[in-house]
Amino acid sequence: MTGPSTFAGRGLACVRGERPVFADVDFTLDAGGALLLTGPNGSGKTSLLRLMAGLSAPRAGELTWNGAAIAADRDAHFARLHYVGHLDAVKPLLTVAENVGFWTELRTGSPNPAGAVSEALDALDMAPLARLPARFLSAGQRRRVTLARLVGAPAPLWLLDEPTTALDSATIGRLEDAIARHRANGGMAVIASHAELAIDPAATLVLERRTASSAHSADAVS
Amino acid sequence: MTRFLAVVRRDLRLAWRQGLDSVMVVAFFVLAVVLFPFGVGPEPNILARVGTGIVWVAALLASMLALERVFQTDYEDGSLELLTLSPMPLELAVLAKVCAHWLTTGLPLIAATPLLAVLLNLEWEALAVLVPTLGIATPTMSLVGAVGAALALGSRRGGILLSLLVLPLYVPVLIFGAGAAEAALGGFSARPQLLVLAGLFCAALALCPWAAATGLRQAVD
Repeated sequence: MTGPSTFAGRGLACVRGERPVFADVDFTLDAGGALLLTGPNGSGKTSLLRLMAGLSAPRAGELTWNGAAIAADRDAHFARLHYVGHLDAVKPLLTVAENVGFWTELRTGSPNPAGAVSEALDALDMAPLARLPARFLSAGQRRRVTLARLVGAPAPLWLLDEPTTALDSATIGRLEDAIARHRANGGMAVIASHAELAIDPAATLVLERRTASSAHSADAVS
Repeated sequence: MTRFLAVVRRDLRLAWRQGLDSVMVVAFFVLAVVLFPFGVGPEPNILARVGTGIVWVAALLASMLALERVFQTDYEDGSLELLTLSPMPLELAVLAKVCAHWLTTGLPLIAATPLLAVLLNLEWEALAVLVPTLGIATPTMSLVGAVGAALALGSRRGGILLSLLVLPLYVPVLIFGAGAAEAALGGFSARPQLLVLAGLFCAALALCPWAAATGLRQAVD
């Protein structure tokens, strides 16, 4: 991991299809910090995560990493984040290990990620299924494959959109462990979830429908 | 470079396990060409005269077939978002996917051409020009097609939209490609046409990955 970093957003606003989703959202995240996004359906949790990832641009406001705007160097921002969206990005024709191996290789740029892949599969208890084509996996197992990407290639910022969907309680525990290890190494995590996750200590950003405001500004936690 | 090869390798592996796409493209190419003798009559002279043109048009149409799928499956399963978010510039990822697309569709088309030349009673001189021109033109078609595929992404009936977008852009390639074989048959050098095709390829190589990447960013936004 790199040295202490700060990821912050100031006055963020998002408009989807002419409809304002949220406005004036602020947050600050320091190394080792975690931010939980909560709010009802349609309050803009996914939109905010996509803004943070750089997949879409905010209508107003600015996102910064160590004080530098992320819009100035998108590829550098992409290199330091992991994004887990609603879709699993698991290819049914590839085996579990090939799926994780591809994303790990793409992120690290190292040609032989076998060690990192087996470690990642172990972390989510997918090692016994490593050679199974992904089309035979259940929804929860596919979710675990996509979460294994996080462990396979280190990146300081994790953006997780409903990471616990379809996961059993034992795997949620493994995910919590992975997040804790990630933060202990100085990583940051932003998690949108309706499920109760044992992530401590974390700041919470409550988004409300339509007129959203930041109930709490996320403070430094480590 | 590792990342570039990783994308190429993944797409080749997917195409290999899928199997169908390449076979379908070649089968369509062969069938379309074989239909022509039934339509225009089996006289060897007529076929030798129009044969190169038939091969060219059939190759253009066949290369359209698998084009829709270049980005479609990645778009649907979320891989495209992650490719956008990878540390590699999206333009390079597009180029890698185009490479894999060409290897799985363009190359088999070229490999099938000698067989069709026999079926159409093409002269040896025509075939000797047809294969290298297709060799330069099919990568150009894959590159231009990728722009269309990126733009048509997410729209319903994307396949038809894609044909309407891309086929007009194939016209220069067709003119100079068919012209090269024509020149060779007439006893002239095909070099000017080959050079123009190479120029078109260079222009497509320089411009298309950027255009396609911009289209993809729009699609995932």
